[in-house]
Amino acid sequence: MSASDPPPQKPRSLIDGSTLFVLALVIAGAVIVFRREGIPGLTHILAEDSWLFLDILPKVLAGCLIGAFVAAVLPREFVSRWIGAGSGLTGLVIATAVGAIMPGGPFTIYPLAGALLAIGAGVGPAVAFVTSWTLIGLNRAIIWEAPFLGVDFVTTRMIVSLPLPILAGLGAHWLARIVPGGPR
Amino acid sequence: MSATLAVTLSLWVIAAVLALFAWRKGPEVAAEAARHGVLDFLYLIPRLAIGVIGSGFLAALLPQDVVRSWLGPDSGLTGLLLATLAGALTPGGPVIGFAIGATALKSGAGYLAVMTYVTAWALFAFQRLIVWELPVMPTRVVWLRVAASLPLPILTAWGVMLLTGRG
Repeated sequence: MSASDPPPQKPRSLIDGSTLFVLALVIAGAVIVFRREGIPGLTHILAEDSWLFLDILPKVLAGCLIGAFVAAVLPREFVSRWIGAGSGLTGLVIATAVGAIMPGGPFTIYPLAGALLAIGAGVGPAVAFVTSWTLIGLNRAIIWEAPFLGVDFVTTRMIVSLPLPILAGLGAHWLARIVPGGPR
Repeated sequence: MSATLAVTLSLWVIAAVLALFAWRKGPEVAAEAARHGVLDFLYLIPRLAIGVIGSGFLAALLPQDVVRSWLGPDSGLTGLLLATLAGALTPGGPVIGFAIGATALKSGAGYLAVMTYVTAWALFAFQRLIVWELPVMPTRVVWLRVAASLPLPILTAWGVMLLTGRG
């Protein structure tokens, strides 16, 4: 594939089966809330989560733009050299480090991982990146986890989790070679 | 300044710096990338509207006391596998898994079971997978990630056991 090829696009429709599945669950949950707490229960949850939705929108837009600009700015050779399918342990370590310090949440991590895959990142490093944000992302641990579970719990969990993104990346890299359906 | 505002600001600073680099490669490069990013954003909106606004209702669907009872004091393999399953079934959102884990700890759940639960929730929460991950990542990579991550919650419990001597 030459560097001028456009990144492969996912087939897109406005609403797909899995979104409808979540929608069905949401409606079932809403019925339960209504029968338990009536209209006030419904509006309370709706108001709270609508606020959360509005609050994340600017971050989601920023995350999507970051993904798109990274894809436009980083040369494909650079990406595939450092975090490509052949980058080995170095690629996994780089991806893990970036995932751990990357600010934001799902709104930055997934679009960025998707963009990097489209411009030459390997499956292994992409998985290490996502897993690193999930398990040892500082932002997430400090803002969300520590208030609930305490610093002791979080520190212990993170120390133990340090090698896990690399393990997941290695596993995905090997699986990608034996599971048909893609080159990386 | 609140933490969430700081995150938003730092994201926009990163986006602006990247936009500047793209602009230097050519205004049309920057414009095309911006269009691409906005399209991704528009594509995500209906999914987020359902998944995020609906997350409170999903939580209502989850019998929290049943989940807590799965996180018993048992730290044997069966207990840890139950904790893994409970984590995958807990909806996404930034805090619900942590909140359930915290109350479970207070009501006598095993430390290792809660470690396993929180890790599994972070890795597999099905709603986060559907709402956030599948729309913007190649489907194959998402499932490879899930498959490769299956042993991680149990590995975490094992690591914590070695590190802290808790059983």
